[in-house]
Amino acid sequence: MAEKNVETTGLLGWVDRRFPLTSMIKEHMSEYYAPKNFNFWYFFGSLALLVLVIQIVTGIFLVMSYKPDARFAFESVEYIMREVPGGWFIRYMHSTGASMFFVVVYLHMLRGLFYGSYRKPRELVWIFGVAIFLCLMGEAFFGYLLPWGQMSYWGAQVIVNLFSAIPFIGPELSLWIRGDYVVSDATLNRFFAFHVIAIPLVLIGLVVAHILALHEVGSNNPDGVEIKQGPKDKYGRPVDGIPFHPYYSVHDMVGVAGFLIVFAAIIFFGPEMGGYFLEYNNFIPADPLKTPPHIAPVWYFTPFYTMLRATTSDFTWVLAAAALIAAVALFIKGRLPGIWRVIVPVILLAVAVLLKVFDAKFWGVVSMGGAVVILFFLPWLDHSPVKSIRYRPNWHKVLYAIFIINFLILGWLGTQPVTPTYTLMGQVGTVIYLAFFLLMPVWSRLGTFKPVPDRVTFHAH
Amino acid sequence: MIKKLLGALALSLTCAMAVAAEGGVHLDRAPDRINDLAALQNGAKLFVNYCLNCHSANSMRYNKLTDLGLTEDDIKKNLLFTADKVGELMTIAMTSEDGKKWFGTTPPDLSVIARAKSTTMGPSGVDYIYTYLRTFYRDASKKTGWDNTTFPSVAMPNVLWELEGPRSMTRIAVHEVTADDGSTQWTRTTQTFDPEGFSTVKDEALKDYHGGPSEKITFHTDDPKQFSAFESNVADISNFLGWMAEPNQLLRKQIGVWVMLFLFLFLFVAIRMNASYWKHVR
Repeated sequence: MAEKNVETTGLLGWVDRRFPLTSMIKEHMSEYYAPKNFNFWYFFGSLALLVLVIQIVTGIFLVMSYKPDARFAFESVEYIMREVPGGWFIRYMHSTGASMFFVVVYLHMLRGLFYGSYRKPRELVWIFGVAIFLCLMGEAFFGYLLPWGQMSYWGAQVIVNLFSAIPFIGPELSLWIRGDYVVSDATLNRFFAFHVIAIPLVLIGLVVAHILALHEVGSNNPDGVEIKQGPKDKYGRPVDGIPFHPYYSVHDMVGVAGFLIVFAAIIFFGPEMGGYFLEYNNFIPADPLKTPPHIAPVWYFTPFYTMLRATTSDFTWVLAAAALIAAVALFIKGRLPGIWRVIVPVILLAVAVLLKVFDAKFWGVVSMGGAVVILFFLPWLDHSPVKSIRYRPNWHKVLYAIFIINFLILGWLGTQPVTPTYTLMGQVGTVIYLAFFLLMPVWSRLGTFKPVPDRVTFHAH
Repeated sequence: MIKKLLGALALSLTCAMAVAAEGGVHLDRAPDRINDLAALQNGAKLFVNYCLNCHSANSMRYNKLTDLGLTEDDIKKNLLFTADKVGELMTIAMTSEDGKKWFGTTPPDLSVIARAKSTTMGPSGVDYIYTYLRTFYRDASKKTGWDNTTFPSVAMPNVLWELEGPRSMTRIAVHEVTADDGSTQWTRTTQTFDPEGFSTVKDEALKDYHGGPSEKITFHTDDPKQFSAFESNVADISNFLGWMAEPNQLLRKQIGVWVMLFLFLFLFVAIRMNASYWKHVR
C-alpha cells in the first residue's frame, strides 16, 4: 500500500499518514472559522466543556474512596472530607461543579434563545444540546442519591414515586426502577452504575455530536448573520470569521479565568452556598423511617419541580380548557399541512379528555417532562423572520424578560413549602412557561422587525 | 437590551433572597470563636466530657484534635475516656438499641450535626446548638424532668445543668380562647416553671386587644455570674461542634486566599494575552 501524502514531516508526519491528526486540528481548531463578533454570552459553551472535564476528573478520584453501600455511603463521604488527602477539595469541586454545570448550561441555553442559535441550519446542534441537558438532569439526579443523606434519600423516593403515577404500568415501573419496595441499597447501587458509567458515556457521545454538528454548520453569532453567506477572501475564507485557534482559544481563557474565580470563591469560602449547593438536611444520614418535613430538590431542578407540584386536579381543568381551545384554533386558523390539520386537533381533544380521566399526579409528571421536551421543538416553534433578539420588536424582548423572571420565580417557589398562594403562583408560572413556547408560532412572527445587516457588527478592540 | 434583562434578573434575584431570609424560629447568634484555638480546645474538653457518652462522633478521630494545637499526649491524658489509642474514632459504648430503650430515640451522631442543623440562607448550626443548649428548663411533668423551648419535648435531658445553675422559665402567650358559647376572647396565659420544674399558670382576659397571637419566653437565673460563665462554655461547645463538622475549614479558607490571588493574576494575564492577539483583528 502506498503511503498517504501529507504536509507534515517527522513523527507528526508518521502519525498523519496513519491518523488524521493534523487535519482534525485544522478542521476543528486552527481552520474553524467562527464569527468575530462573539460577546460575553459565548463563553458558556467552552465553560460547560471545562466543567464536564472537572466533573469527570474529580469523579474518578471520588470513586476511589466512595463506597456505594447503604451502610457505608454516608460515612465514606465524610471519610473523603476528612481523611483522604485533599479529599475535601475534590469533593467540593465535584459538588460545586454540579451546580455550576447547571448555571453554565442554563446561560448557554439562554444565549441560544437570545440569538436564535437553534434556527435552520442549526436544529441538530440544538437537539443534541437539549439531549445533553436531559442527560445532565439524569446525571445530577442519580448522583444526588450517592451521599445517602436525608435529602438524597427522600428526593429519590419522591422522584421515583412519580413514575408510579403513569397509568397502568406505573407501580410496577417504579418498583423496577428502585429494585425494591423503597429506595434501598439496591437502588443506591444501580444509581451509582448510572451515575459513573451509563450516563457519562452517553453524555460524552452527545457532546462530541453537539460539537461536530456545530462545526458542520458553523457558529451563529449575536447578529444572527450567516458569515458563510457573507464576503470571502481569496482563499474562500469568510471575512467576518476568524480562526477559532488561537483567537477564541485565548479569548475563552479570559472566560475560564473569570469562571474559576467564581468557582474557587464558592469552593473555598462557601461550598454550601447558603444551603443551595449542599443542602443542610443532607448532612443527616438517610433514614427510611423518618420523612423530613420539607423535601426540596436542589435548586437547578426547582423550576420543573414547581410545575410538577402546580398540576393539581383543579389545574387540570385549566390545561384541559387550553387543549380544547388549541384544538379548535388549530383546526380553524392553523397552518398545519394536509392531514395534520385534523390529526393534531384530534390528539389535543383526546388529551383534553384524558386530563380529567387520569390522575392529576400523572399530568404533573407530564408537565414537568413536557417543560423539558418542548425545548426539542423550539427550532420549529419559532417563526420569526430574524434570528437574533437584536432585530426583534421591543415587545419580544419584554416577553423574553418575562420568561426569564418567570423561570426564576418558578425556581424560587420550588424551594418553598406548599401554600395555597405559592401553588397559585406556580400555576400561573407554569402557564406562562408553556404559553411562551406553545404560542411562539403565533407571537414570534408578529410585530415590526428591524432590518438585519448583511455583515456582523464588529468593533476592533 | 441584554443589560436591561440582566438588571431585571438581578433585581428579581434580590427580591427572592429577601423573601427567603424571613421566617423561622428565632435563634441567638453564637459568638464566633471558630478561629480561637483556646475556645475550641475548651469546647473539645466539654464535648468529650459531657456529650461523648450518649452521642458518638463516628467520623472524627481523636488525633485530629492536634489541629487545635493539642499534642497527642494532651489527648491521651485528658480526653481519651472511651478509646485506647489517639488514632481511634470517637465512638461510644452505648448501642443504638440502648439509646432507644433509655431515651426513646437514638441520640444522633454529632460528627456533622452543626452542618445538619443550619438553615438555608439563615442561621448556622452553631447558632442552633448555642441556642438549644441555653433553652433547657426544668419540667417535672416530663420523663427526664427537662424540656427545651427550642426543641419542645426533646428526649435529651439538660446534661449541663450543674454548670448552668438553677433557672426558672416564664412563657407569656397571647392567644384566642373559645368559650363554650362559641364566643372568642383574647387571653394572656403566663406559665412559670420554677427551678424545681413545678409550673404555675395564670390566665388573664384581654379587653380591647387588637394584635395577633404572640409568645414570649424569658429565663431567670439567680446567679448571673455563673450563668455567663456557662454561656461562654456553651459558645465554646457550639464552636467546637462547628469546627468538628468540617475540621479542614480553617485550612480551606487559608488556601482559598492564595488560590484567589493566583486566579486574579491568571485573569490579568489572560486579558492581556487576549488583547494582544486581537489587537490586529479588524
